[in-house]
Amino acid sequence: MSGPAPLARLLAGPPLAAGAESFPDHQGRLGRLPSIDGASLIGVLEASGLTGRGGAGFPVGRKWRTVAQAAGDWPVVLVNGAEGEPLSAKDRALMVTRPHLVLDGALLAAAAVGAEQVVLYVGEAHAAARAALGRAVLERGPHVGRLLRLVAAPPRYVAGEESAAVHYVDTGDARPTSVPPRPFERGVGGRPTLVQNVESLAHVALIARHGDGWYRGAGSTTAPGTALVSTSGRDGRTTVHEIEFGETIGSVATRRGTTADGLQAVLVGGYFGGWIAGPIAWSTPLEPAELRQAGAGFGCGVISFLGREACGVQAAAQVMAYMAAESAAQCGPCVFGLRAIADTMARLAAGRAHADDLAHLERWTGQIRGRGACRHPDGAVNHLASAMRVFGDEFRRHQARRGCAATSQGVRAS
Amino acid sequence: MSAPDRLRLQVDRIRCDGAGLCAELLPELIALDDWGYPILAPDAVPNALLPLARQAVEACPVLALRLVPVPTAVESR
Repeated sequence: MSGPAPLARLLAGPPLAAGAESFPDHQGRLGRLPSIDGASLIGVLEASGLTGRGGAGFPVGRKWRTVAQAAGDWPVVLVNGAEGEPLSAKDRALMVTRPHLVLDGALLAAAAVGAEQVVLYVGEAHAAARAALGRAVLERGPHVGRLLRLVAAPPRYVAGEESAAVHYVDTGDARPTSVPPRPFERGVGGRPTLVQNVESLAHVALIARHGDGWYRGAGSTTAPGTALVSTSGRDGRTTVHEIEFGETIGSVATRRGTTADGLQAVLVGGYFGGWIAGPIAWSTPLEPAELRQAGAGFGCGVISFLGREACGVQAAAQVMAYMAAESAAQCGPCVFGLRAIADTMARLAAGRAHADDLAHLERWTGQIRGRGACRHPDGAVNHLASAMRVFGDEFRRHQARRGCAATSQGVRAS
Repeated sequence: MSAPDRLRLQVDRIRCDGAGLCAELLPELIALDDWGYPILAPDAVPNALLPLARQAVEACPVLALRLVPVPTAVESR
């Protein structure tokens, strides 16, 4: 718990426990939104290096430029606050405490791409976030209110996938659609649609005020700026922190009071992400390239700590059961493949492995990737592959029904 | 390398219901997974196989299989 206080940008201002920052307080602290024309702002965003924070990490400026240049009707901005990732809490924390940063970003996006409609797509289960954003919209007055509407996103994992979000707003069906066309080509109401995560938009609100050079003044050269992360594990708490890209996982762990002692592995990037063995993870910097090299990804900023007392096979089995249940049930390889993986993992975790279970898992992992309309099956098998890499010994013990090294109780031949 | 009219197979995963006719007609380029859904060769269809590939496209009962130009959108998933 030593060292300089961590940099706060999105989370600067009044204590988070005080709840939503009011519009007068927000303007008093940060000033009005600067009047900057759309083309200039898009240039600034491109120069800033800001990447999307919903999980895919696509460059924000390039996305805005694509939508701004899309032919046809008035575009739509879809503000994505679905946050269906079970271990993520950062989008909610942001919406609840800094709703006006999100609205600033949404309004800047609308102006930059020429949108006359902004949809605030917020998880149905996130009542406090919807209330905070709803109140914030009212504070802005009727001019802004006419532009914005709140839509509650169903509490499903895939509901936040961008084609699913567009599909839900249009038809009430939150299942992904076949792409192309992608939302930036044909989205809400058939219009080009900019789908952008709430945290990405909040960063835009600050970059528009302070410039791209300011943004790059934090973080690393390859991954500039700050990011919100959700940390969880061992003690059952989920906490939200703002990090500079390049901060090590160990440093974030220390901030939340998690020690290296007894740390088995860390899940980085959420259920779409990957596991990294504890000792390696501790010194791994939180930045996309380094994380990819370590077998994970930054994703939506989930960092989950697994202690030595827990079984990696069981942890992965739980995630696979969830991913199978959360399939949108549209594409065969996802429906049947994830179900088969989940069933096999459940058997393996419970110590009732069949002879070829591990071989099957390995084959399916290779077969399923890239064969859904959306990335749901890819995320699931990438997670499984990383678990099999990091918990390889444990997987082999379970396959051989030799007992579970971690819990010494999970595996029993029956 | 990429002549303008080179084609590859693509399947609409949502439409596909695993009838498997495509793999019967074109085993050279289409395999089936453990649940009967097609695994497509990612590369361009060789000219010699194009007639069979067109047959496979036409045989699909739910019209899920297509032939598309090889240099497709950069973000094809």
